[in-house]
This record gives sequence, structure tokens and C-alpha cells, in this order.
Amino acid sequence: MLAQFLIHPPIQLGPIGPELVLTGTAIVVLLGAAFNPRIGHSTLLLVSLLGLAGAALVSIGLWDWGGELTVLAGMVATDRFAVVARLILLGIAAMGLVYGYHYFRRSGEARAEFYPLVLFATAGMTLIAAAADLILVFLALEILSLSLYVLTGISARLSSVEGSMKYFLLGAFSSAFFLYGVAMAYGATGSTRLSAIAHALAGQTGSLGLALAAVAFLGIGFGFKVAAVPFHMWTPDVYQGAPTPVTAFMAAGTKVAAFAALIRVLETSFQPLTLDWTPLVWTIAAVTVVAGSLIAIAQTDIKRMLAYSSIAHAGFVLIALTAAGQDGISAALFYLLAYALMVLGAFGVVMLVSARGEGRTSLASYAGLYRRSRLLAGLLTLFLLSLAGIPPTAGFIAKVNVFRAAVAAGHWPLVLVGVLASVVAAFFYIRVMVLMYMQEPQDDAEPDRSPWPRVAVAVPAVLTLLFGVFPGIVLGVLDKAAILRW
Amino acid sequence: MKTPISYFVVLSAVLFAIGSVGVLVRKNALVIFMSVELQLNAVNLALVAFSRLHGNLNGQVLAFFSMVVAAAEVVVGLAIIVNVYRRMHTANVDDASLLRW
Repeated sequence: MLAQFLIHPPIQLGPIGPELVLTGTAIVVLLGAAFNPRIGHSTLLLVSLLGLAGAALVSIGLWDWGGELTVLAGMVATDRFAVVARLILLGIAAMGLVYGYHYFRRSGEARAEFYPLVLFATAGMTLIAAAADLILVFLALEILSLSLYVLTGISARLSSVEGSMKYFLLGAFSSAFFLYGVAMAYGATGSTRLSAIAHALAGQTGSLGLALAAVAFLGIGFGFKVAAVPFHMWTPDVYQGAPTPVTAFMAAGTKVAAFAALIRVLETSFQPLTLDWTPLVWTIAAVTVVAGSLIAIAQTDIKRMLAYSSIAHAGFVLIALTAAGQDGISAALFYLLAYALMVLGAFGVVMLVSARGEGRTSLASYAGLYRRSRLLAGLLTLFLLSLAGIPPTAGFIAKVNVFRAAVAAGHWPLVLVGVLASVVAAFFYIRVMVLMYMQEPQDDAEPDRSPWPRVAVAVPAVLTLLFGVFPGIVLGVLDKAAILRW
Repeated sequence: MKTPISYFVVLSAVLFAIGSVGVLVRKNALVIFMSVELQLNAVNLALVAFSRLHGNLNGQVLAFFSMVVAAAEVVVGLAIIVNVYRRMHTANVDDASLLRW
């Protein structure tokens, strides 16, 4: 009698295996550090990295998932898009952990909470990439945001404290908009499941007005997270205030995760309204690339400059989104991969030049860097060339792919704006190179000469070159991953 | 006589707008945070109203989730604001101006 009321959907935990491994590792690290305060941070780092590796293995195992398209009552998608996004995010987290271990040990602020917080944030990021229900998108967004608010303020420096407050207040504000968008989508269609929303909108059974309001509100929420103009105000303050490894982790991770979710939401649930949201994305993309590139010129601090550059890069990914379909998604994925590599590398060099803490992040301290450390100057040059989109780097291939997809979709005016903005952006990247090679050092402060962090920074450099010269090795995989199944 | 669903939706929109204006014009971090909470509660009202409209429970379940998230946000948010107050002896967002271009 009772049994017939207890019909529940079959529970398949396989597709959320990576998140289970991540949260499990995070809890183990957290408890280990709590019960044994003398535990060495190298142990915590090692366990965390093992957890990331385990999550990556589980993700790769999901590449050939033969089961249902979504599991856990339509909450989690099992497609290859989620697998690729997860692998990129796990790599970003590994780099962030290695940077953080080194940075906090040198600055004397080593805290065990850093490792579990990064792991929890990563779990949120990977979950959002696979979320097939707006409830789960919202929850994963909050998991990653709440962890990042704390990570931003983990240092005792005043600017870190202030950055965390600004990030928190604006982040919570944007979450409210996002949730209101979810409520509107539910009001329009009677469901929060992405596939059900798409069916209701395609069959015109939903309310169009509410659905358009939902697109607008969700767009505001995502706009904050990916730092698109006009929702970018928090980005420079938070990127500058946060400790550099945290900045590297969140600049790369949040952007990849939020864009993965944005792509899935726009291309599945609101796919019937493509004609309505494309002009919106078009406009935001144009404003974002132009404003990001122009304001970056005026910056005197390298972290702020890279923050505005990351805003401009969000605009380039949005250009890819205007080209709906497999081409656009594949171009966006490659762009996100290339962006993650170069931003991780650039902030890694910034961390090493600062040597201890955040003392030397002004552009003036980069004068004559070539005299003091040829390796760091060379690495930063490579990352700046990639950010500017100059061959033979991954940034160049990424921009070409994005522009090609957008032109194929008929958005050539937007591509024109993008190309002009890249020319403007090249100015401030090249200005840093001029400072490094052609000016005398203003003081004799030594950059960090530890060997292992240099090896860590060299990893994104090698990959940037590799994907720039032989993009074919990943493009095939990304093309296969660019089909959303729902 | 039953109250039409649209009344609740309009009320929630009004509450949400009051919350947004509060975030934009108030200067005290705590008051800004309370305005955000007002926005979240406006969303909950809309969710419950839509749940009634569609005759399914998805909206009410989501309202529970949003309450849990709001509670978690209070924990993190108050800790951050208290941290700011201890370091700067003010919770006024205009005084936190170390990071400017």
C-alpha cells in the first residue's frame, strides 16, 4: 500500500562521481587539518591534488557514457560537453592549489582552509558545467561563489578584506537576479528542467513575456559571473584585492564554469528563443570587448590591467555565443581553454615577480624585468602575446575560431568590432613588453627564484605554444564535445 | 473569493524592486545585505505563487532551496562584514575605497 507512494526515480551516482570525489577529498582535508593542526601543508596539497586527479579520472570515464541523457530526475547532464568543461576546471584548480601552496608559504599566511575551499569551489564549478536543471545551476553557482568570497578575503591585508566585501555584496545581488530569472522561467513554463522549458517554449505553451523576462534576469546573473559590461564593476577590485593565486584560480575557473552554464542554458532551454536573445548577446559582446580594452589602457597596476583584459576576453567568448550551434560552442570551448592557460600563466608570473605577498604589482615594477630574470620576462611575453592574440600562440587560434564562427553565422559587424578592440588591446599588452625589455630597472628587488613554482608556470606556457602550433590535437576532442545532449 | 495569482506576482515584483533600490542607494553594508535578503524573499513569494498557478510542487521545493542558500549566504556574509568592521571600524561601503583605479 505504502510502496506505491514511494516511487522514486532511479539513483545513478556515476555522472556526479567527479563532484563526489571532490567534496569527499575536501571534507577529508578539512577534518585532517582540524584534528591535526600540525599537519604539513605539503601533505594537504598532495591529498588535494590526488583528489583532483581522481575526479579527472572519473570524468574521463564518463566520456563514453551510454546511459540516459540526464540522470537524478533530470538534474545532471551526462554529455561530453560536461566532461571537457570538468577536465579544464580540474586543471585550473590544480594550478591554483600549487600556486597557493607556494604563495602562502612565502607570505607567511599559510592556512589549511585554503585547500578545502578551493576543492569546494571546484566542485561547484564542475557541477554547474553538468547542471541540466535551473535549481542545480543556482545551487552550484552559490557553492562556487560562497567559497570564492571566503577565498578572496583569506589574507589579512586590508585590500583583500575590502575586495571580499565588494565581491560578496555584488555577488549576492547578482544571485538574487539569477534566482528571480529562475522563478520567471518556472512561471513561464511550469518546470525548471532545461529540456522541459525548451519543450514548453517550442510548443508555445508557455508565457512568452515571462520567458523573455527570464532570459533578461538570467542574463544579468550570468553577466555578473562572467564579468560582462555593464556588470563588471566588481572584477578589477576583486582581482586586485584577492591574493594572486586566488585571483588566478577564480579568473580562470569562474569564467569557464559560468560560460559552460550560460552556453547550456541558452542553447538548450532557451534555444526556441534564439532569435530573441541573440541581439542581446550581440550588444553585450560588443560593449564588453570595447569597454574592457579601452579601460585597460588607463591602468597602472598589472592585476587591474589583467582584470580589464579578462573582461574583454569575456566579450570574445560572447561573440562565439552569437554563433549558435556546434561551431559556436566548439569555438567558445577552445577560447575558454586558451584563456584559462594564459590567465593562469600571467597571474603566475605576477605572483613570482611580487616575490612575497602583493608588494610589487604596479606596472613600474616590471621595468627592466628582463635584466633581473630572463625566464620570467620571457614567460610573461608569451602569455601577453597569447592574450593579445598574436601567433604562434593558442590565443591567436582561439580568436580566429571565434571570428570564423561568428562570420559564418552572419555577424560580421560584431567581428569587425572585435578585431578593432583586439588592436586597441594589443597596445597595453605590448606596453608591458616595452617596459620589461627596454627600460632600466627602478630598484634592485629580486623576483622569486624558487624552482618549483617556475616549473608550474612553465606548464601553461608549454600548452599555450603547443595548442597554438598544433591546435588539431584538442580541436577534434572539442568538436565532439560541442554537442549538447538533453 | 480567491485572490488571483497575479496579485502575488505583482507584489513580489514590487518587493524585488524595493530590494534592488535598497542595494543601489544605501551605504551601510548590513542594510545592503538586508536589501538582498528582501530580494530573495520576493523571489520565494513568486515561486510559491507560480507553484500554485501550475499546480505542481517544483516552485515550493525551489523556495526551500533558496532559503537554505540564503541562510548559508548570511553565515558567510556576516562573517565578511564583521571582518571588515574589525579592520576598518566602519561598515560604510563608501569608506572602503582602497581599491580604486
